[in-house]
Amino acid sequence: MSDFLNISGLHARIDADGAPKEILRGVDLIIAPGEVHAIMGPNGSGKSTLSYVLAGREDYEVTSGSVSFKGQDLLAMEPEERAAAGVFLAFQAPIELPGVNNANFLRTAVNAVRRARGDAELDAVAFLKTVRAATKKLSMSDEMLKRNVNVGFSGGEKKRNEVLQMTMLQPSLAILDETDSGLDVDALRIVADGVNALRSPTFSALVITHHQRLLDYLNPDRVHVMARGRIVHSGGAELAKEIDVQGYASFLAEAA
Amino acid sequence: MPAVTETREQVEKLGQSSYKWGFETDIEMDFAPKGLNEDTIRLISSRKEEPQWLLDWRLAAFAAWQTMEEPTWAKVSHPPIDYQDAYYYAAPKKKAGPKSLDEVDPELLRTYEKLGIPLHEQALLAGVEVPEGEEARMPIAVDAVFDSVSVATTFRKTLAEAGVIFCPISEAVRDYPDLVRQYLGSVVPVGDNFFAALNSAVFTDGSFVYVPKGVRCPMELSTYFRINARNTGQFERTLIIVEDKASVSYLEGCTAPMRDENQLHAAVVELVAMEDASIKYSTVQNWYPGDENGLGGIYNFVTKRGACRGARSKISWTQVETGSAITWKYPSCILQGEGAVGEFYSVAVTNNRQQADTGTKMIHIGRNTRSTIIAKTISAGHSDSTYRGLVRILPKASGARNFTQCDSLLIGDQCGAHTVPYIENRNMAARVEHEATTSKISEDQMFYCRQRGLSEEDAVGLIVNGFCKDVLKELPMEFAVEAQKLLQISLEGSVG
Repeated sequence: MSDFLNISGLHARIDADGAPKEILRGVDLIIAPGEVHAIMGPNGSGKSTLSYVLAGREDYEVTSGSVSFKGQDLLAMEPEERAAAGVFLAFQAPIELPGVNNANFLRTAVNAVRRARGDAELDAVAFLKTVRAATKKLSMSDEMLKRNVNVGFSGGEKKRNEVLQMTMLQPSLAILDETDSGLDVDALRIVADGVNALRSPTFSALVITHHQRLLDYLNPDRVHVMARGRIVHSGGAELAKEIDVQGYASFLAEAA
Repeated sequence: MPAVTETREQVEKLGQSSYKWGFETDIEMDFAPKGLNEDTIRLISSRKEEPQWLLDWRLAAFAAWQTMEEPTWAKVSHPPIDYQDAYYYAAPKKKAGPKSLDEVDPELLRTYEKLGIPLHEQALLAGVEVPEGEEARMPIAVDAVFDSVSVATTFRKTLAEAGVIFCPISEAVRDYPDLVRQYLGSVVPVGDNFFAALNSAVFTDGSFVYVPKGVRCPMELSTYFRINARNTGQFERTLIIVEDKASVSYLEGCTAPMRDENQLHAAVVELVAMEDASIKYSTVQNWYPGDENGLGGIYNFVTKRGACRGARSKISWTQVETGSAITWKYPSCILQGEGAVGEFYSVAVTNNRQQADTGTKMIHIGRNTRSTIIAKTISAGHSDSTYRGLVRILPKASGARNFTQCDSLLIGDQCGAHTVPYIENRNMAARVEHEATTSKISEDQMFYCRQRGLSEEDAVGLIVNGFCKDVLKELPMEFAVEAQKLLQISLEGSVG
């Protein structure tokens, strides 16, 4: 048993117009510290649901199974406690916060997490210094910091903003939910560089994607295929290439 | 979701005790007998040693009031108010209007200290007792009104040197009778409406400001209203006159103890701006809002109106309304002078069982007059909030322009928000724009913020402050910070 992330027999459902609909049907997954795992799979297989359940979204009801994260019961924690513990979710569709200044949001988040982790809060000067260094690394303009959170951002800008938040919040487990979809090659590269820059023996990532290309840059330790709410097949980085050529058909047959 | 309901209940309990201004000061008071009749008015007038003309004026107002009905058009409901079951005059014993701060009852000074309102000029002077690394605070002159009377006014000497008169209106009646007589009731006539007539009959104190020609008032002026006595109405009257090319920025704040019965506050504010004059009037209204079941709280029925008499004059109202059980308030501008400008920036927050019906009237009379209305309404709990506004363009107001934006934000699914704009345009060469939106704090937004490590309360605070940003930036700096905190406190317990 790994003491980092251990998902065992996870079942979860959502209320779909009054009728409960089971989406996760027994997910088992172990991620060791320092590893990057990819999850691939057809639409509707439960990939995004898995990321939401890990991050603590309340719409989903966990009916059985367990998730331990660094020895703690992750499912018993509030979303903000999970964030403080090191879980970061890069949203597939980042949310707009009208009127909320991006830099102010980022600083509030960074300091909330720092407080919870027992670190000193960053003052305005220290924060600006850190954030400027991060934006530069991600080839983002400072102008983006002055705008309102995700409001009027292009698809690419939103994803980059997610990576900026990830960089600033220094998670130990980053979950990227199709962060690469809709990105051009250059933007894809920036996202991959952002993840790679964080790589260390104390940083792990769970990358949900449809495309081989992002994985070329990330070179994952493990690749999993998810179908009908379960992980049906796992392999090394070469599995992604196989899927790229053959599609999911053979794995779906396996799962049925 | 059960977990959510639980959180909501928990924080709602917190919200209840979050009105930290709810204490009561134990001080000896001088009351007029309960009830309202001509004798009460004569008594108030004689206590204040008023001239005959003012007594006559009051009695005329009372006569008008007796023929009037309480207005029912606002979207608020409350049990009938028994106007005979309240005190109309309550003053701390000792003589009204002390000459200097040394004469003020120490208990009163402590009260204002507790409220965070500095009445010691000493402590406020730039450079004195400023902690290292903090900027010296800009001094603010304060007029403190406690129940029916003004108990202290600071910085009067400094202001007098600049030619600015800032004093309780009862003193102005005595010392500047011609000014008061000329302007009192000239913007809000005695019979204007039910509550204004009531105020005219029984008003007890309030602030008077006169800024002479060409003078920019050297500091912010502020009045702090405190209701303390039980079963007492507060009826203050504020009159601000700004002459040609002069300007002033005026702030008002208010609080009251937590009590189970409702108390009436019916104020009248009149502003007069002459040629090229400018008046900025900011309010942070934080009367006791009642408890989570709607028990107690202030009935805030207020008439505020400014007259832009001179060309290019400007009156700007900014209000942050978080308190009161019921708010009925429409700060307005009469844009007479050519090119006069009226502005109304408002944030109205209601939570629990609060009701607010607030907005503005912009009356365009002169040519090329302009007005801007930005109203942000936030409703939470079981509260109900209405924006009600009138933009009237008269036939001579060629080139007049109005822009109105009304945004409502709903928190939870038990509250209501309504927008009732009236537009009457009688000039084809005028331009009137109206925009309105309604939104909710979505679960997506909450989850996004919390995933980034923010608590629910912080997330609501951030989103609400973002929603109100256009209005908050109009407040003087020190008030803006206070208002931001107040918004957060008012909405404590509203998420779920």
